[in-house]
Amino acid sequence: MIVFDRPHALADVKLHYCPGCTHGIVHRLVAQAIDELGIEGRTVGIAPVGCSVFAYNYFNCDMVEAAHGRAPAVATGVKRANPDNIVFTYQGDGDLAAIGTAETVHSAARGENITVIFVNNAIYGMTGGQMAPTTLPGQVTQTSPYGRKVESVGYPVRVCELLSNVTGAAYLERVAVNNVKNVRAAAAAIKKAFRYQMEGKGFSLIEVLSTCPTNWGLTPDKALAWLEENMIPYYPLGVYKDKFAEEGKQA
Amino acid sequence: MSEKVLMKGNEALAEAAIMAGCRHYFGYPITPQTEVAAYLAKRMPQIGGTFLQAESEIAAINMVIGVASAGKRVMTSSSSPGISLKSEGLSYLAGCDLPALVINVQRGGPGLGGIQPSQSDYFHATRGAGHGDFHMLVLAPSSVQEMASLVFKGFDLADKYRMTTMILADGTIGQMMEPVSLDMGEVREYDKPWAVTGTRGERKHNIVNSLSLLPEELEQWNIKRYERYAQIEKTETMYESFMADDADIVVVAFGVAARVARNAILAAREKGIKAGLIRPITLWPFPKAALKEAAKHAKAFVSVELSMGQMIEDVELAIRCSRPVLLCSRVGGMIPTPEEVLAKIEEADKTGGAE
Repeated sequence: MIVFDRPHALADVKLHYCPGCTHGIVHRLVAQAIDELGIEGRTVGIAPVGCSVFAYNYFNCDMVEAAHGRAPAVATGVKRANPDNIVFTYQGDGDLAAIGTAETVHSAARGENITVIFVNNAIYGMTGGQMAPTTLPGQVTQTSPYGRKVESVGYPVRVCELLSNVTGAAYLERVAVNNVKNVRAAAAAIKKAFRYQMEGKGFSLIEVLSTCPTNWGLTPDKALAWLEENMIPYYPLGVYKDKFAEEGKQA
Repeated sequence: MSEKVLMKGNEALAEAAIMAGCRHYFGYPITPQTEVAAYLAKRMPQIGGTFLQAESEIAAINMVIGVASAGKRVMTSSSSPGISLKSEGLSYLAGCDLPALVINVQRGGPGLGGIQPSQSDYFHATRGAGHGDFHMLVLAPSSVQEMASLVFKGFDLADKYRMTTMILADGTIGQMMEPVSLDMGEVREYDKPWAVTGTRGERKHNIVNSLSLLPEELEQWNIKRYERYAQIEKTETMYESFMADDADIVVVAFGVAARVARNAILAAREKGIKAGLIRPITLWPFPKAALKEAAKHAKAFVSVELSMGQMIEDVELAIRCSRPVLLCSRVGGMIPTPEEVLAKIEEADKTGGAE
C-alpha cells in the first residue's frame, strides 16, 4: 500500500504562506530528503529573512534564524562547531543574491560542506513585492513600477551560472516546482545535495524557481504558467556544476 | 604555578582564549589587532581548533553566531571600523541570548580614523552596539595580565549570562609586552540545553531566534533580559581603587588612560593634593556605587579618556552630577601625558571644579 503522508521532518503546523505559493512544495521536498536519508536527528537548518523567515517553525530539526543574507555564514559556524551535523540554509532571492551575495559566494569558495536551498521567485515577497536581484527585465514590481529597466538598474543575477565559476562549489543545479515532472527532478536534486554533504563533498546549492502569485498579481495556475514562460527561458534548468558527476555515473 | 612569561597583550589574550576552551575563531584583518589572528592562525590547527579568516567582519560575526548557537565557546576580534560592521551581529547575539566573546582593540575614529590607540568606542560598547534594547558585558583591561585574565573571565560570564562579552582594549595594551601569568584556574562548564546540535530524535527541536511578531511576547523577552542585566549590575561590577579612599580629587580612568593617571596621582600626592583613582574594570556594568560613595568625600572628579568625553557621562550619572567632573582627554591616537593629567588634577583641586 502506498501512503502519501507528511514527512516526519515537516512539522505538523499550519504554514503561513499565501495560497498558491510554492514554498510549501519546497519545504516538503527538503523534509522528504531529510526523512529518506534518515538525518533529521543530526540536521540543523538555518532560516532566512524573507517569506520563509518562519521556516524555523516548519521543520522538526534544530533551527537557527539568521539575519538577512547571513545564513551561509551562520551555517559555516554551526558546521565548523559540529562537523557531524548536516547543515542547510533555506534562502530567498533577496536574502541570497542581494544582501547576502558575499556570504553566498565565499561559502561556496571555501567549499563549505553545507547545502543551500535557494528559492528564486524573482521578487521580494514578504515586504510586499519589491524588485529583487532576480526580477526579470521589464517585470513590474512595487519598486520597478514601469518595469525593470536594465539600462538604469542592471540585469538579473543568475546565481547558478555565477557560482559555476567558483572552484570550491561542488554541486549546483537549477530546478523548478511548476509541474509534476519538475517537482520530481527538484526532489532528486535536493536529496542529492544533502547526500553530497553527508559524503563530505562540499558546497551544494539547489536553485528552485518558484512562484509568488500574490505579488505577481496572478492566480496560482497563471503564476505556474508565467514561471514556465518567463522564468525558465531566462533561468534555464539543469546541472551547472557537479564535481562528482563521473563518480555518480559509475555508482 | 605562577611562573610568568613575557608576552604581547594581543597574544596573551589569544592564549587565554584557548585556555578558556575556545576552539573557534573567526576574524578579518585589521590593524591594530592583527597579532590576535596571527597567533590563533598558528595555534588553532595545533590543537584541532578552527581558525577561519572570513570574507568580512559581517560574515565573521555571523560565523560566531553559528558556533555560539551550537553551544561552543567562540570569539572574534577586530578594531573600531570592523566593530561597526559587526554591530548587526552583536544585536542578533543579544536577541538570541547567545554567549560569545568579542575583542575590540580600539583605534581612532570616526570613519577610517587612524591606527593609533583610542577609547572612542566607549559609547558603542556601553550604549549603542546595535539596534534594540540590550547590553554587552564590557571589560576593560589595563595590563597584559588583564588582557589574559579578563578574556578567561569574559568567557565564563558570557556562558553564565548567555551574553556577549566585549573586551574593550586599546592599541597600547594590545601591543605592549609585560610579564604575564597564565595560571587561569579551572574552566567552568555550563549546560546548554538550548543549543542546536541535532535533536538525535530525543527531544523537541531547538530554535535559536530573535524574532517575535507578537508585541506582548517581544516585550516580555526584553523585560526578562533586563531582569538578568539588573542582577549582573549587582553582582558582576568590577573596579580597582587606588588611593581613592580619602581622595579629594577622584580620577576615573580605564585601560591605558588609567596607567597614565596612576603616575599623575602619585605626583599629585607628592604635591600634597589628595588624589586617587577609581578604575572601572567593567564598563558595563559601570561601577556606579563606588563613584557615588567616593562623592561623599571628593570635591571633584576628573575623567581621563582617549575620547572627546564619553565615559564622563557615566561618571556624572553615577554621582548624579553632585560634584563637578572635569575632562582630561586626547584623541586621534594621542595619549594624555601624566603632566596633562596632573595639571587637570591641580585645576580641579584649586577651583573645586568650579568652571
